[in-house]
Amino acid sequence: MSNAVKDLLFKMADDALIIGHRNSEWTGIGPMLEEDLAFSSMAQDKIGHALALYTILHEVLGEAEPDKLGFMRSENDFKCCQLVEQPIGEYDFSIVRQFLFDHAELLRYEMLTQSSFQPLAQLAKKVKGEIKYHVMHADTFVKQLGKGTEESHARMQSALNNTWHLALGIFEKSEWEEELISAGVFAGEEELKRRWLEKITPIIEASGLQLPATDESKIVYGGRKGYHSEFLKPLLDEMCEVVRTDIDAEW
Amino acid sequence: MKCAKWFAPILMLNGKHMISEVKNQKSEIVWASLENVKDPEIPVISVVDMGMISGVEIGDNNSVTVKLLPTFVGCPALDMMKQDIRGQLLKAGFAEVSVNIDYETRWSSDRMTPETKIKLEKFGLAPPPELKDEELSEEILNRVRCPHCGSTDTTLRSSFGSTLCRAIRFCFNCKQGFEQFKPVQ
Repeated sequence: MSNAVKDLLFKMADDALIIGHRNSEWTGIGPMLEEDLAFSSMAQDKIGHALALYTILHEVLGEAEPDKLGFMRSENDFKCCQLVEQPIGEYDFSIVRQFLFDHAELLRYEMLTQSSFQPLAQLAKKVKGEIKYHVMHADTFVKQLGKGTEESHARMQSALNNTWHLALGIFEKSEWEEELISAGVFAGEEELKRRWLEKITPIIEASGLQLPATDESKIVYGGRKGYHSEFLKPLLDEMCEVVRTDIDAEW
Repeated sequence: MKCAKWFAPILMLNGKHMISEVKNQKSEIVWASLENVKDPEIPVISVVDMGMISGVEIGDNNSVTVKLLPTFVGCPALDMMKQDIRGQLLKAGFAEVSVNIDYETRWSSDRMTPETKIKLEKFGLAPPPELKDEELSEEILNRVRCPHCGSTDTTLRSSFGSTLCRAIRFCFNCKQGFEQFKPVQ
């Protein structure tokens, strides 16, 4: 059982850490001040959530200390989906990624408030209130830009098309899926995906955008099993550069 | 109200009565010292005002344990407040001080007292509207009046501000931007 729970926590924590790092790359270069602040604040939130999840892994499940989990593992030990690793690109890509990811994350935490694994259920109750703001932020811009000018609409639709099969990779199943479901830890990726589609479809339509068609063969899987795009390694090298020069240094 | 849980043991019998009395006095010292620990991002508000203290346990050998609730999980001021609490309680005469983050109790903006909300407004930060069990929505966020002129003709500019707990708003009446402490469940 503990391997199943660890896998779930690692993929959530790694998603949060990596997208948090990507969010921080908007600091100083956001298209307007409010968006600079929004992405910087979300970076702080997400990295805080990652820390809380690594702390449960350390204190409850006997894994290494949070800093070591965040900064000293190799690329193949990371269980994040490939969506979160992608470079920030243009603002249209970043906001669409945030929209697709944040809705999935909020729904995941909402489901986890019912988890039989208490430390996670307690954290989920707290974190979902914070992610609610991330979702409201993404919804606002998807609606405004989807229905904005001809150019903003075209860019949003194209970003959505390009991001769709990466986003579906969020729901890649692990080998512990059945175990998590039957133990009441988590209701499973399939159920999460169902709720996610139900949630985002009307928002996409209300934004004047079209839900891209799903081609099962194009869904980007692998991240949850440690196989990553070419973008994760350089991100880790940069993120961990300072701490890896002396992991035991006192800050 | 915050000392209520320490009154109960006083009702016990003689021998224990003395111990409880001492513990009760010590706990009052702790709560008073905690009033000196301010939120570094809002220096007029203490961790007690914020409802961030979920428990105080007086132990043996002049030790004390304080349970602290993070307002936001990723709050960068948390470590500073932990150190500040330790410092204040060592200064108040405790020999051993532990500050533990409490993940079992959930902080919500409803834990702020009405007095705290008045202090926030005077500081220039619109206080969070009460949530109770309502699901957070833009409608709730908009139940806000401008801390400068009191007008409710205000709009949300961004749900993210200069710190994790703030949103940016604009007042149409006095034509000024202002910050709001976000309601959080």
